[in-house]
Amino acid sequence: MVRFQNVGMRYGLGPEVLRDVSFELEPGSFHFLTGPSGAGKSSLLKLLFLAHRPSRGLIGLFGHDLATIRRDKLPELRRRIGVVFQEFRLIEHLSALDNVALPLRIAGVPEQQVKDHCAELLTWVGLADRMQARPATLSGGEKQRVAIARAVINRPSLLLADEPTGNVDPEMGQRLLHLFVELNKIGTTIVIATHDAHLLQTFRKPVMTLANGELVVRRPRGE
Amino acid sequence: MLRRPSDLQLDRDPSGRFLPFAVTLMVFLAMLATAAALALSQSALGFQHGLEGRLTVQIADEPGSSLAPRSGRAAELLRQTPGIARAEEMPREAVAALLQPWLGRDGLTRELPLPALIDIELTPGMAVDLDALQAHLADAVPGARIDDPRPWLDRLSRIAVLLEGLALAIVAAIGLATVAMVVFATRAGLAAHRDVIEVLHLIGARDAYIARQFQAHALRLALRGALAGTALAALALFAIGRAAAQLDAALLPPVEFGPLSWATLVALPLVASLLATVTARLTVLGALRRMT
Repeated sequence: MVRFQNVGMRYGLGPEVLRDVSFELEPGSFHFLTGPSGAGKSSLLKLLFLAHRPSRGLIGLFGHDLATIRRDKLPELRRRIGVVFQEFRLIEHLSALDNVALPLRIAGVPEQQVKDHCAELLTWVGLADRMQARPATLSGGEKQRVAIARAVINRPSLLLADEPTGNVDPEMGQRLLHLFVELNKIGTTIVIATHDAHLLQTFRKPVMTLANGELVVRRPRGE
Repeated sequence: MLRRPSDLQLDRDPSGRFLPFAVTLMVFLAMLATAAALALSQSALGFQHGLEGRLTVQIADEPGSSLAPRSGRAAELLRQTPGIARAEEMPREAVAALLQPWLGRDGLTRELPLPALIDIELTPGMAVDLDALQAHLADAVPGARIDDPRPWLDRLSRIAVLLEGLALAIVAAIGLATVAMVVFATRAGLAAHRDVIEVLHLIGARDAYIARQFQAHALRLALRGALAGTALAALALFAIGRAAAQLDAALLPPVEFGPLSWATLVALPLVASLLATVTARLTVLGALRRMT
């Protein structure tokens, strides 16, 4: 599903923030991505959700080589990837429901179906009474849940989340992680970037650790 | 019906607010330039049709020589010339009426030594050697001279073509200015909404999906401006028409726009709106290709 081979990445002419990163994500796998601040977690996620191109190395995604893929094919790949951005990146003038509806509308899903699906998911994440609220009036945790709902609404093949439990209380954090686990059970490949050591211990999944731009993959004992 | 909000809040964009006013001005100017070109072209055509196959012979009033017998002799001679279908002496009142726009309605024309005029209609399809006719006429009737309007019509036609070209160039320049303004407004909009556009891209939006929102916005603004411009131009043309009707009508042939002329004028605001829409789309598609 995802294959990195000796991938390096730099911003402009700056130093490399990722060096010789190689790993493979099997379909239906669940990985945590961790490491100290500035280690390159967000940069690695940017490569995964196609916001940035590597400065060297090869990335294979859903069977396509990103170095040779045509630009007009990227939207199809992106529609198979759900992203929970660290800073949420909700659209301020749209309601919670309309933010969650975006991926479906972009994919051309009929409007009645869009409304039904979004209302159901927002209810599930505990925002039934906040559907028409604008992001500016939502708390950090509510925004995060809207961002997660938007990322999972079209059942992506690959879900990438950058600190998805950073702004919610531990109980909601666990609940959201269970949502990811459920999605993983139906075949979605998950990568969650987190600092939360408690989550790593609770959900015993393989951990990719980034340090100084280099990546090491550890599997939990007994897996 | 379910209302779907726009992903990009372009209506609140300050960069697009001036666009309707600019399009109003552009459509107003383009309609006036086009109307002027159409009126000019029609006037030239009117002159041409009116004078086609027509000649005038002028017999100058000479002291000591009576005008009427010379005029009658000339008319008779002309009637016998092959290729001339009709030769008719114009009454003195008709000659005086021709001078009225320049000399006024007072009695001045009564005192002036007016020439006699013979209105000639040529037989269609038959050539007349005007040089030979002129020589023959001058021998037979002293002071007789053929007024051939064709060189004058040729010059008028050339000037009309030149002015039509100028009007077209003005309309083209206005079109280019409209394109430049739409490009500027669209680029400003793209810069203002860069973050949202990036999010839309990252969740799978195609360039065309984003471009559609910009082009629909440009179409709305341009249509608003074009309607206002059309209304202003209609008022201005009506006022010009009223003013022209009050001038002495003999100076200019009356201008009546046909269906094609009206269609050209009505098409202008629609073309301006379409131009704005296509420009916005191409600007967005070009910019997005460079963006990622």
